[in-house]
Amino acid sequence: MKPTRPLIEAVGLSISFGPKHARTRVVDDVSFRINEGEAYGLIGESGCGKSTILRALSGLNGDYDGALTLADKELPKTRSKDFFRRVQMVFQDPYGSLHPRKIVEKVLAEPLAIHGIDRASERITETLDAVGLGPSFRYRYPHELSGGQRQRVAIARALITDPEILLLDEPTSALDVSVQAEILNLLRRLRIERNLTYLMVSHDLAVIAHICERAGMMYKGKIIEELTSHQIRQSQAGQDYTREFLQATIEAVARRDEAVA
Amino acid sequence: MDKPLIDVKDLRIRFHGAQRSHDAVRGVSFTIGREKVGIVGESGSGKSLTGRSLLKLTPKGAKISATHMRFKDIDLLSASEREMRKIRGNHISMILQDPKYSLNPLMRIGNQIVEAYRLHHKTRPAEAKEKALAMLEAVQIRDPDRVFKLFPHEVSGGMGQRIMIAMMLIPEPDLIIADEPTSALDVTVRRQVLTILDELVTRRGTGLMFISHDLNLVASFCDRVLVMYAGRIMEDLPASELHNARHPYTQSLLESLPRLDVAVENLTVPVRDPSWLDGPVYRNGELA
Repeated sequence: MKPTRPLIEAVGLSISFGPKHARTRVVDDVSFRINEGEAYGLIGESGCGKSTILRALSGLNGDYDGALTLADKELPKTRSKDFFRRVQMVFQDPYGSLHPRKIVEKVLAEPLAIHGIDRASERITETLDAVGLGPSFRYRYPHELSGGQRQRVAIARALITDPEILLLDEPTSALDVSVQAEILNLLRRLRIERNLTYLMVSHDLAVIAHICERAGMMYKGKIIEELTSHQIRQSQAGQDYTREFLQATIEAVARRDEAVA
Repeated sequence: MDKPLIDVKDLRIRFHGAQRSHDAVRGVSFTIGREKVGIVGESGSGKSLTGRSLLKLTPKGAKISATHMRFKDIDLLSASEREMRKIRGNHISMILQDPKYSLNPLMRIGNQIVEAYRLHHKTRPAEAKEKALAMLEAVQIRDPDRVFKLFPHEVSGGMGQRIMIAMMLIPEPDLIIADEPTSALDVTVRRQVLTILDELVTRRGTGLMFISHDLNLVASFCDRVLVMYAGRIMEDLPASELHNARHPYTQSLLESLPRLDVAVENLTVPVRDPSWLDGPVYRNGELA
């Protein structure tokens, strides 16, 4: 899995909200590139614009300035159908992101029908298997599943179109620590097996450092610094704000060092 | 610490269903003095129910039973609803998870705090207002005069939570039950809120029951930790000793956390042993 070419690139991305006279710039001239097979994280406090970037990239919000490219081609504001097959998103809250009246099979069959992919039944079995859910989960409703199982279904739903890129919006922050470990392991394994590229948003540094190779530190709509996971672990930060942010989390973690040692 | 504030022995909370009953809390015993006690556990382990049962704020279907459940000298089990109303807020108050849903959206922040104070202390409005302003300042809100007049939707989450803390502390309770007070907050804000809570609780000698699923947080913030699993307390130990946890469940929870200092290929996923349901429990590193 060698990084070869930038698969996703953002150039001078700016996003504003609000009416003309009171427009707030939520994302301000952000540029980053993510290589094929790489996992890139966005960290920052709430309201710094990290999820907004994800929504713009995923095509949920077409109102942005600057350019987003996928495999060296600039993405049109209205994304093509093929784009939605190649780029899939996993949301934060598995309790809200699955249709409560649809059984797992139907949730998984829908993207297949939309994209006209064949062998639906087999694919569903395969994908459920890949996320570690047995065939018995196929005919269940979301309310019959635990939080971790739901998030697995949400990941399966994203994987079933065989995408290249997964956009992960705080995929474990609504889950218990023990379940978080399961999901993080799953994400790591899937990335290697399927050569996926991840863009992950989280405020938990340990999670980002575990999954991603590189991360952008966001503050007030800007990426103020890029760090490797090694730098996060060593808390080597160039900017004062980053240092403060790392400190705020690291102290809690410092206890953990001795905790497991 | 001579006499504990809260003394609970063999607390059980049962939900009666049509076909079968479910025990959400099964024989929990603990005491809380003027200290910070953290209760950790996964969702569904009964930690919130245990906290709420102290105020008798459990859902209607829940049946509470215990050998005894005392707050100071008051027997909470036999206390009438009228007596409970005196205890709630005045002696035991509760900080909830999300300030967005627990503040009255139609009432100015200042008035809510004044109301909380005057319900328990007979004072003139002016005096209560002064007290409320002082309290806002104590939770480090800059410009309390301005914030006093704001509505809850006009303040940020971190500020909202600080206002909640102010409101819960102003009647000067003996015990505060904080149910995931910082889960809805950002890492940076969380720290601030905790520091304030810590300072106020320590200064006033208030007891604190801190319910959370975040092991790190509890380890660094509390004096003592109770680890709950499936309605039972698996382990009761000083927070500083958490790394020496004896119970396999506590150990596996600690191991399942991604760590910043060491990179690992795969995280350990806790394996649950059915024998824990009725198995041994540990107190201060020893079999209890």
